[in-house]
Amino acid sequence: MNTKPAKRVKVAATKRTMVMPMPGCPGCQYPTVGRIIAELLEELNLDGKTIEVVGIGCNSGVAMLNIDAIQGSHGGAPDTATAIKRLSPDSFVYTVQGDGDCIAIGAGSFIGALTRGEMITIIMCNNANYGTTGGQMAPTTLMGQITTTSPEGRGAATGGYPVHVAELAATFKGVAYSARGALTSSADYQRTKKYIKAAFKKQIDRIGLGFVEVISACPANWHMSPVESLKWIREKMVPEFPLGEFKNVDHID
Amino acid sequence: MIDRVLVQGNEAVGWGALNAGCDGFFGYPITPQNEITEFFAREMPQRGKVFVQSQSETGAIMMLFGGAAAGFRVMTSTSGPGWGLMQEGMSHMAAAELPCVIVLVQRGGPGQGSVRHAQMDYMCVTRTGGAGGYKNIVLAPASVQEIHDSMQLAFCLADKYCNPVVVLSDGVLGLIAETVEMKAIDFGPVPERVWTVKGRDRQKSGIRQFIHTYPSGAPPPGGYPDYVPWLEHMGQKYDKMAESEVRYETYQSEDADLLLVAYGYVSRVCKEAINMARAEGRRVGLIRPIALWPFPYKVLRDKVDRGCSFLVVEDSLGQMVEDVRVAVQGKAEVHFLGLLARHLPTQGGMILPNRVLDEIRRLL
Repeated sequence: MNTKPAKRVKVAATKRTMVMPMPGCPGCQYPTVGRIIAELLEELNLDGKTIEVVGIGCNSGVAMLNIDAIQGSHGGAPDTATAIKRLSPDSFVYTVQGDGDCIAIGAGSFIGALTRGEMITIIMCNNANYGTTGGQMAPTTLMGQITTTSPEGRGAATGGYPVHVAELAATFKGVAYSARGALTSSADYQRTKKYIKAAFKKQIDRIGLGFVEVISACPANWHMSPVESLKWIREKMVPEFPLGEFKNVDHID
Repeated sequence: MIDRVLVQGNEAVGWGALNAGCDGFFGYPITPQNEITEFFAREMPQRGKVFVQSQSETGAIMMLFGGAAAGFRVMTSTSGPGWGLMQEGMSHMAAAELPCVIVLVQRGGPGQGSVRHAQMDYMCVTRTGGAGGYKNIVLAPASVQEIHDSMQLAFCLADKYCNPVVVLSDGVLGLIAETVEMKAIDFGPVPERVWTVKGRDRQKSGIRQFIHTYPSGAPPPGGYPDYVPWLEHMGQKYDKMAESEVRYETYQSEDADLLLVAYGYVSRVCKEAINMARAEGRRVGLIRPIALWPFPYKVLRDKVDRGCSFLVVEDSLGQMVEDVRVAVQGKAEVHFLGLLARHLPTQGGMILPNRVLDEIRRLL
């Protein structure tokens, strides 16, 4: 019998910001993104002056954090965040959006904010499909991936190719930070948290826009178990969407 | 001494907004309203206020959503094609009960239509173009002074009802210059905005604020127990707006047998025509709706009971004429003189007083 005491894991405080459950299907990692945000808001003591803007889709569950929040239109979150930050520069403002919200219907809004180098943070959850509406093809859907609107698998002739948003964001001068993380392991979690923290710091230090893409499991629509979903992310999604930092500058001329 | 200055209609939008304490302007260039966007680009930074040139009108309206939610007086301006792009956002703002002012300087439609004046957006403005059956007050000034003053009234009404308010101008009013008394109108204190987002610890209540457009799907605050109770509340608000915000002007209407109904630049053409017709002894007058929504149905109906007939003059193929028909309920004759009566078949053609006079002579 193993009598060795369990290793004590230090859990970051989220008492101020997580007071109600964030909704999600079993194995959904969007609430995990919400938890990382909650930990960081408390660590950086930002929660009291934060205004969060969520998109429309499963990402909007993150609006259940105990902070001031807005949900506007599908895709318009960067616009809404832009106005808040410009009018109220001492507030801390970020968006949480899905991949469809951010780079399909909201592509104009997203690119507009990047072009202007708004002093905000954008967090895009990439689950390779439209979760809320039942698993349709998204701009981030992998080649050959079966969805309800790519029943034979995504093919280039009709569906084009997956979009690489973190790499795209890094090409904009007004973007100070861009990275892509995942959540398939505890180490992944810590790295992704480090990326989001770095992106937040670019706003706090008034350097420029920070962007983080987080690859997130959607077991319900992928028709996999949560554990299979994590394996699929490691084996299929990460080769298409490499993890890491794509831009990190401390000064924009 | 009264401070009167010569101002262009589009710039009067800007001066009126500044007198109303507008904090932020968000907009996208489009003819014939460009002087408005340029005014704010020039004037706002000097005053420590916010100007953002958005990447589209879709973007501009969602910027208004954020600015209004954060408790600031915000506005945009556009013309027909941009108005179309703003409709989704307007529906969201109406649903979230956020105040803002949207100026629409009408040009000819449909599609790109023309870049010159017209009155072809009446229907989509008064019926609202976005999804879901919301309402918005529409003010239709007819002079540069009135544009200036309407902007201030619009901000006041937006705050009063927590709802978008539209100021409907056109390519003539926007580009003419008239002398204006640049006076800030006192509408009393701005209602306290306890519902804004500003950061949880900055809330007086210490309770987070969540602003969204899905009241039956999200928890309080800002939530309603269910969908129908929310709509009941919205319906009551719209009824109150319809009851309280009717605005109109009458001209020579007391003894009139024929009443012209017109708004915006065309109402001024009609006044000229009425003066000429009166000189010939014809009993003709004008009802000018100042608010197009709510429309002065009852005012027109009262005239029906006096035996008046109506001539709607409108620089379109016929839009407001439908509201006039609703008002008279088939109990009076309703005639129409529209865009086809322009003096030239071009974008710059106008309905001129002589043409309206001809019609009055034909009918009286």
